[in-house]
Amino acid sequence: MTDILSAKKVIKRFGGLVAVNSVDFDIPENSIVSIIGPNGAGKTTFFNMITGFGKIDEGEISFEGTPTHRLRPDQITRLGISRTYQNIRLFPDMTALENILVGQHLFLTSSWISAVLNTPRVRAEEKMAIEEAQRLLNFVNLAGKGDMLARNLPYGAQRRLEIARALATKPKLLLLDEPSAGMNPSETEDLTNFIRRLRDELGISILLIEHHMRVVMGISERITVLDYGEKIAEGTPKEIQSNPKVIEAYLGRGAATAGMANSHERFSENQPKSQTR
Amino acid sequence: MRTSIGERLLDLAVSGFLWGFRILIVVVVVLGTILTIQAGKYTGQQWIDFVVFGISQGSIYALIALGYTMVYGILRMINFAHGEIFMSGAFGGYFIATWLAGIGFMDQHPMLGLIIAILFGMLISTLIALLVERIAYRPLRGAPRLVPLISAIGASYFLQYTFRGLFGPGVYAYPSISALDGKFNFLGIDILKVQVIVAVAALIMMSILYFIVMYTKIGKAMRAVSENKDVAALMGIDVNRIIVSTFALGAAMAGAAGVLYGLTFRQVTFFTGFTPGIKAFTAAVLGGIGNIPGAMVGGLVLGLVESIGPALFLDSLGIPRPYQLKDAIAYIMLVMILLFRPSGILGERISKKA
Amino acid sequence: MKKENFIWTSVRTGLLGGIIAIFLCLIGMVEIFSKRDVIEKIITLGDFILLATFLSTGYIAARKSSNPEEQKQPLNSLMAGLLAGLITGLLMVIFVWLGTQINLRAVFLNASPALYKLLEFRQGTSSGWLLPTIGLSAGLAGALLFILPEKIRQPLTRAIFFTFFMALFSGLFRVIMINQKGEIAKFAKYIFGQTGLTTEGTIIFFTAALLISIFWATSSRSLQEGYARLPKNNQTILRVLLFIFIAYIALALPQVSGPFIAQVIVIVSVYILMGLGLNITLGFAGLLDLGFVAFFAVGAYTVGLLTSYSIFGLQHIPFWVAVPIAVLISMLFGAILGLPVLGVRGDYLAIATLGFGEIVRLLAGSDFLAPFLGGAQGIVGVQKPCLGFLGEFLKTDVPRVCTGLELGGPKEIYYLAVASAILIAFIALRLQKSRLGRAWMAIREDEDVAEALGINLIQTKLLAYMLGAASAGLGGAIFTVLVGSIFSTSMVLIVSINVVALIIVGGMGSIPGVIVGAIALIGLPELLREVSEFRFLFYGIALVMMMLAKPEGLWPAQAILRELHHEGPSAEPKVKPSKAKA
Repeated sequence: MTDILSAKKVIKRFGGLVAVNSVDFDIPENSIVSIIGPNGAGKTTFFNMITGFGKIDEGEISFEGTPTHRLRPDQITRLGISRTYQNIRLFPDMTALENILVGQHLFLTSSWISAVLNTPRVRAEEKMAIEEAQRLLNFVNLAGKGDMLARNLPYGAQRRLEIARALATKPKLLLLDEPSAGMNPSETEDLTNFIRRLRDELGISILLIEHHMRVVMGISERITVLDYGEKIAEGTPKEIQSNPKVIEAYLGRGAATAGMANSHERFSENQPKSQTR
Repeated sequence: MRTSIGERLLDLAVSGFLWGFRILIVVVVVLGTILTIQAGKYTGQQWIDFVVFGISQGSIYALIALGYTMVYGILRMINFAHGEIFMSGAFGGYFIATWLAGIGFMDQHPMLGLIIAILFGMLISTLIALLVERIAYRPLRGAPRLVPLISAIGASYFLQYTFRGLFGPGVYAYPSISALDGKFNFLGIDILKVQVIVAVAALIMMSILYFIVMYTKIGKAMRAVSENKDVAALMGIDVNRIIVSTFALGAAMAGAAGVLYGLTFRQVTFFTGFTPGIKAFTAAVLGGIGNIPGAMVGGLVLGLVESIGPALFLDSLGIPRPYQLKDAIAYIMLVMILLFRPSGILGERISKKA
Repeated sequence: MKKENFIWTSVRTGLLGGIIAIFLCLIGMVEIFSKRDVIEKIITLGDFILLATFLSTGYIAARKSSNPEEQKQPLNSLMAGLLAGLITGLLMVIFVWLGTQINLRAVFLNASPALYKLLEFRQGTSSGWLLPTIGLSAGLAGALLFILPEKIRQPLTRAIFFTFFMALFSGLFRVIMINQKGEIAKFAKYIFGQTGLTTEGTIIFFTAALLISIFWATSSRSLQEGYARLPKNNQTILRVLLFIFIAYIALALPQVSGPFIAQVIVIVSVYILMGLGLNITLGFAGLLDLGFVAFFAVGAYTVGLLTSYSIFGLQHIPFWVAVPIAVLISMLFGAILGLPVLGVRGDYLAIATLGFGEIVRLLAGSDFLAPFLGGAQGIVGVQKPCLGFLGEFLKTDVPRVCTGLELGGPKEIYYLAVASAILIAFIALRLQKSRLGRAWMAIREDEDVAEALGINLIQTKLLAYMLGAASAGLGGAIFTVLVGSIFSTSMVLIVSINVVALIIVGGMGSIPGVIVGAIALIGLPELLREVSEFRFLFYGIALVMMMLAKPEGLWPAQAILRELHHEGPSAEPKVKPSKAKA
């Protein structure tokens, strides 16, 4: 299987601090891959570099063979990478529908002059865009909520809307930054199924940052563990669960013997409250 | 790649334009300098005058810039009314100096008189800055960035036209102080006394400020707050008090600068604060906003470029009366820094996306 | 315990009121305003603002004395108002006494004998009791206003405001009515004095306003219900009729108002047009442009150079050809200035654009470009627009002859400005609902996320910036033909600030807001000579107050209303866009 995204020897520094240190990382096509690691391990920094928000200091990232580390975020999105945010970042004062329409910006081509003249083409395009947006709303179970302001939606709905907005850019690779944060067990279950559906029905590869071990272990095909900006382990969920280095990173020295099975619950309780950005 | 041709052209246009701009500036500066030196229109004494004037003017900019930089460091806001704080100091100094000159005190004890005038200017500026902070800024902390900026613009206009109302639109001439007239002769070079005194006074003020910020308890608290407000609050620092003292300290510097400005140019009007205010902001950006030594360096650099620039770069290029474009040089410098080195000479890169 | 509290707050309110009153005296407002009457020979505008200060002091003291959760305690409130008014008056007496003892005038220009004379309220020699008595009674009246039930207070305040408004603009109405001749002119002289209202006029306006607002208070609900019960078609017809009525008045106004007021109206409409354009830049895309005047200058100079029949005229083409060129060149300048700086963050953008405005002004006025732009002498002899045929260009300093309708004066150019404003409003409305409008709004709300969704920030911002520039260029072009000349001294920062201020006061992103803002900030000071002295003082206060109390403006756009009231430290943290600190 070919890799849709591959990062080689990526280094990112903030002043004297090395946030990401020489990480190699690949995402196979049509797969679900997770990055885990304690708070401040460099996960979100890594996300930002893939989407073009932070320029990398050394190394390279390429997407479907195209080097992306010199592109602007909007150009990277154009290539087919989209993301959600750890602390939801919708446009709070736009309606749910408008949020998705903004995501479709790339595919709307009418110029400002034709928009002023309101030509038939513009009207047709706009109509199609709205239909597509409605379809996406249905897809994330927000049918009929299109006219609500994003800020007034309940928390779970905001999370789903953010995913729908990301889907509107028609990504081939979707980056989800802690999608299950703040969800209860049944919502988490739904989310897990939903992520699977994204891959199975839409053929989108998924990269997941997640603290919730049940989600991670349940759907990931491969897991990469970061700690202090370094990759300390990589492998299938099974391999990761029994990797002593991982357990040490999470629970500190001496806890390694306790075993991963016990620590599932603690992981899920230990959800991050602070924002790492 | 789905990039349209139009977009690629736009990217090309942007970078081409920026490079063209850079090259143009470099060509103007280099060519102008060479031609001017060849032409030899100005004498050595004239160049020295330009430099000395640049330093004294620059040290005034530096003093004002400190206030911008300190407030920006802590609140991430541009205190647009800071120029008016400076102007109010100049007015305060004017009234006390006129009074002291009127009763003959200035002639008997010129140094003491000057110090009193400067202190009074600082006092007035500080009081006004505290009022402005309390009324126009404090309630807006944490609002979107443009909100406090607009409020600051409003405060700036309010202060300008309050002073116009109180003191009229006319020009107030600073009293002439005989001790400041005339020239020093330093190693065979004549230097205007006022300018030396202004530069020295500004240097003293800056040293005091630097000492306060680096070594006193309140200065350390200020630096802590500008690093991270929340953590500083957790450490038991009264953030509000620190913000107020930052405004006060910056305003005091601006007030002193106002009096020094008055001594140099011998006049003050309600509109005096506007141009030096923007220039000082330029100086702060030039040095790296948020950075205290940066403001000092930026002020001096700006003062020098502004003073030497018209003669050095523009005169020989056939531009008549180049000093008319003195202010334009400062504004072009501002735009250039924002474009090519937003971090300033000494600062960190913060102007692009916080 | 509680009683002490209320005395202390009243004293404080009184002191504050006194300080404000003294401030009004010292900045010269009282004295200058005294030259204008509100009610002829009875109350001058100067008296009025002092009385209003006392009255508000009393009102505020009364409000502070009562706990909003409990029932009003009339006696307490009255006491509080009385006390505060008294303190205010006493403070004024001290001020006057101080002024007669020491020469305050050495510092404060306006602390003149004339001012102290004014503070005697034409009662001959001042005795110390006059000001406190006035303060006390006005404070009492303010408190009385507070304890009155809402049903009485509201019509009363409305009637006062309306009467004051009519008095303020009596000049405008008087001119219009006198131009009608006959009975109307006679009536105008009956109710309007030279400045302000006559006593009869005051009574007429006050009672009429009082009756109407009482009627409105009691029956507005039934009227609204009646309107709602009408069939949809009739509602539409009613609305269209109302719109036609307003449009008719707006269009006919300069024809009946006389040349001076017509000129003011044109300037207001030019500002409306520019406000609508900057609204795209600032209101939609959130880019604060303080260098708007740069494009105003570009438009003005382009039209000047292309049409002027003086020696600076490069071409002598008709206005109608020159205007599109001017707009295009303004947009080009927008691109040239915008491209480099649109990447920098919001507040830096403001300062950088401010720099542009100043650079343009300095260059235009410099001897460097004087051979082309006229320098300090400016360009004169700008050809007026001509609907019809324009004769040959003969020689410099002789305008081309217009056969047909020449748009020579404000009365004609007004329609040009209105048509342009409608065009810009139309463009703005259409764009707001398009994909670009959404992209602008997204950028305004969260730039990073917008970029991550594939929006090219530079391209999108640049368009907003260029459209703003285009409208400024158009405004400059119209302004130039109105005045007939161009001077670099009119390209000052104030123009930019004017436009920004009118948008903010009116309401960012809102088209009616721009109109209201332009009338309030440009029209009023131009019409009221006495006020224009303090126009920028009012601007300052208005900007600060707006940001403090009503950041959405007088007539807000819906979206901004939501935004500004939520974004803040206390906003719901879940959706608050946190700016990256990377």
